Amino acid sequence: MRTIRQVFAVTALNLRNLPQRLASSAVAVVGVGAVVLVFAAVLSMAESLQRTMLSTGADDAAVVMRSGSTSELNSTLLNDQVLIVANAPGVLKDGDRPVMSAELYVVTDIRKRSNNTDANVPFRGVQAGAFDVRDNVRITEGRMFEPGKNEIVVGQAAQSEFVGLDIGQSIRFGQIEWAVVGTFEAGGSVSESELWTDVRVLQSAYRRGNSFQSVRVRLESPESIETLRQALDEDPRIDPDVLTERDYYSSQSQGLVQFIKIVGYPLTILMAIGAVFGALNSMYSSVSVRGKEIATLRALGFGPTAVLISTIVESVLLALVGGLLGGLLAYLVFNGFQASTLNGVSFSQVVFNFAVTPELLGQGLKAALAIGVAGGLFPAVRAARLPVAQALREL
Amino acid sequence: MSEILATLTGVSKSYRKGKETVEVLHNLDLEIPSGDFIAIMGPSGSGKTTLLNLLGGLDKPTSGTVRVGDAEISSMSNNKLSHWRSANIGFIFQFYNLLPVLTAQKNVELPLLLTSLGGKERTNRAQIALDVVGLGERARHYPRELSGGQEQRVAIARAIVSDPALLLCDEPTGDLDRETADEILKLLQILNREHGKTIVMVTHDARAAGYANRSMICDKGSLEHREAT
Amino acid sequence: MKYVGFVWKNVWRKKIRTSLTILSVLVAFLLFALLSAIGYAFKSGADAADAERLVVIDKVSLINPLPIAYRDRIATTEGVRSVTYASWFGGYYQDPRVQFPQFPVDPYEYFSMYPEFEIPRERLDAWANNRQGAVLGRELAEQFGIEVGDRMPIQATIWTKADGGRTWEFDIEGIFENEDPRSSSAFLLFQYDYFDEARAFGKGTVGWYVLRVAPGSDPVQVGNAIDAQFANSPNETETSTEAAFAQSFAKQLGNIALIVTLILGAVFFTLLLVSGNTMSQSVRERINELAVLKTLGFSDGAMLGIVLAESITIMLIGGLLGLGIGWIVVQGAAQAMGACLPGIFLSPQAMGTALVIMLGAGIVAGIFPAVKAMRLSIVDALARA
Repeated sequence: MRTIRQVFAVTALNLRNLPQRLASSAVAVVGVGAVVLVFAAVLSMAESLQRTMLSTGADDAAVVMRSGSTSELNSTLLNDQVLIVANAPGVLKDGDRPVMSAELYVVTDIRKRSNNTDANVPFRGVQAGAFDVRDNVRITEGRMFEPGKNEIVVGQAAQSEFVGLDIGQSIRFGQIEWAVVGTFEAGGSVSESELWTDVRVLQSAYRRGNSFQSVRVRLESPESIETLRQALDEDPRIDPDVLTERDYYSSQSQGLVQFIKIVGYPLTILMAIGAVFGALNSMYSSVSVRGKEIATLRALGFGPTAVLISTIVESVLLALVGGLLGGLLAYLVFNGFQASTLNGVSFSQVVFNFAVTPELLGQGLKAALAIGVAGGLFPAVRAARLPVAQALREL
Repeated sequence: MSEILATLTGVSKSYRKGKETVEVLHNLDLEIPSGDFIAIMGPSGSGKTTLLNLLGGLDKPTSGTVRVGDAEISSMSNNKLSHWRSANIGFIFQFYNLLPVLTAQKNVELPLLLTSLGGKERTNRAQIALDVVGLGERARHYPRELSGGQEQRVAIARAIVSDPALLLCDEPTGDLDRETADEILKLLQILNREHGKTIVMVTHDARAAGYANRSMICDKGSLEHREAT
Repeated sequence: MKYVGFVWKNVWRKKIRTSLTILSVLVAFLLFALLSAIGYAFKSGADAADAERLVVIDKVSLINPLPIAYRDRIATTEGVRSVTYASWFGGYYQDPRVQFPQFPVDPYEYFSMYPEFEIPRERLDAWANNRQGAVLGRELAEQFGIEVGDRMPIQATIWTKADGGRTWEFDIEGIFENEDPRSSSAFLLFQYDYFDEARAFGKGTVGWYVLRVAPGSDPVQVGNAIDAQFANSPNETETSTEAAFAQSFAKQLGNIALIVTLILGAVFFTLLLVSGNTMSQSVRERINELAVLKTLGFSDGAMLGIVLAESITIMLIGGLLGLGIGWIVVQGAAQAMGACLPGIFLSPQAMGTALVIMLGAGIVAGIFPAVKAMRLSIVDALARA
């Protein structure tokens, strides 16, 4: 009890003369703030990308591609093969029609609003079943494209990220003009980065004959994936990869997310180390400025433990203030910030929104706390060990 | 003079200065009777302050023992010493060492934070201590608003607020003009005579030493007694 | 120069504080080195691009193939000295997660188009004489432990063979080198003739053309002439310089560059604060020493110089150490992950920039304390002591 009381007394004193050490304390605060800002930026980038990619994937939908294709872009399926997949066991039927969509996936160059350069925008040809296979997709504005016409509907994210995709505009790829007739949302998923049109129209525009790249089917239940996979594996006419939509998108996002983590984490850790040095410096100078005060307190009978703990408390408080400021800044700057980047696996743009979530900020604060403790510990030990007689003499 | 308050037996103290070892006190024996007021004089580097620090438990002897009251402080742990100091010793420094962020009263109250007293009682006692040193009116002033003599009075109030038996003063008038110094010394005399405080004061001012009951000259670590005038 | 010893002593007056400051500067410049090396990789070697080389791709998208018949029409366009072609194969060796490019090309044409890649003449001949032969870059050969004479099966993700197989087996006939550290040699080349004959679909097309303009011709005009030739055909083209082509990839990575810049900004801001604070602290503590120096007759300029030199010294020690460590790390990383992150390189320009920043930061951090020291009033300073 006595020690706790002393800790409070000494800490209160420390904090009361903080204004005299404003500069070095501010350095510690800003240093930690910068770490938390970068930490939150990197983490939210990785997590938002992952969330965008993974929220696309359902467990009860399957993507069928030619075996060995790492992405839809690389795959080819002929019309006969599509029919085999559609009629395979495990596929959900609406009456006697299987719930499915055979799709063609190409990329086309459209300018980005942000830097005015061409980017690979994914352009998907779908069948009517596309909206039944994916249950989170719906038209929010305008109307659906008419089959057989050069009309497209665009994902919300694509619309705000790229030039010329507003409803009523028309956009030219090669020799063909496409009319933008509608906007769709897809629950914040990667589909919102895409342009959709009738698959037949896209086949002829890109001279793909009667070939597709993937078939998406609705499964009777998540477990039916095994039934479907087994049936297709046994069929000699087709050599497919069968993945749940979730597995497919998680494999698509792995490379990108991993890259951000491999590059981002070491950078953040390095920065955190830098911030520990900053905090150490400011706490050492705090201890040396307060040398006289600490010695006086010790002469009055305050214990070394109280001095030790109060120094750590000061450091932690400074770090927490920095952490809160950094987190707040990260939230203001990055939350809802729309970004897009090239996903190497699908060779096309993914548009995603940064989300600086409370959990993420919590992790940032934990990091700040750790920096505060690390930065305060050694100076605190020095403060507690300060030889009182000598410190008093040196004044 | 009745019982003995503090005893130093065979106390030596040496410091390492770079590669050399400097012996500041050598095999010193000293008894301080309860209720005494001793001035310790001597040239710089003669070990006066070291002696004071040993008595106050701020420093430990290289050899020998230091007893104050019932406690043998030369063998106590640092933590125990802190606690012991808060109850038994009052320090008065040349440069007052008040905390600039606290008012006079809060400065005086500081040692009471180490006791189990409640807030009201602490304020009360701090006020009494300030009254004793004649600064009851200045309780709410900050150190920068006080004169040097007033600051030293606050420091003295802080030293006596926990009612310690022994006051240790290191050049308490070293930074003050003669008139103010006399006032401070008279105050110490009052504390000694009327409140029964035992006082050990280090000074190199012979006039200051004159206020004490007796003086000792500290030189090369040995003490030479001189009776009071 | 006579103050060097004095400045050095002052730098180390407070060992812990100076060490901590140097360490934070070190970390900042280590970060700078790593980020600029990665940034370099993002630019996909745009700096190493040959200004006389142009790339011709399909106007709608790079993924659309161009007819092989375009080759002769490009070759006869005015201002074109030579032309060759390549395609994207998109396969993998053993592990699908380890990606590296493979290009079906014409052996002699390719190496004469890219003189920076060096291969012994007899290895090139041996490859040209073996339809199923392939050559690969040194980085890749070392990563996979492959030598000349080995057989290397590549799994196709796009190009199935006419017989339905997905495994393409190649005889490794040679290993080529690239002395320029700015661009990568982590790829594999094999014969287009074999590729076109064996693939199941897409016959008669290539991915893109690369051409070299004749000396004295304007690359922009040549590019426009080529694109004009194919306008209104089913395969319109877009011709750009190699550098612009490489940059378009970098730009596709988009806002990541912005975030990298932001990190750098945050780091340097913090760095300046830390060292500026150290400097002003050390001046504050020394006010009366500095006053004594002035009493002894040191000029205002000398005072300014002494304090500035101290701050610049601290920056340089930390900065150069950080840059040095960064250089070692980048060298190591270039060797260890050459295939998955090709082209990471700490360019001389980046190091020059770092040096300028060190000096600049040293001046900015030291200038206020230095001016304070210069303007010091002796009487006040000594009185304060």
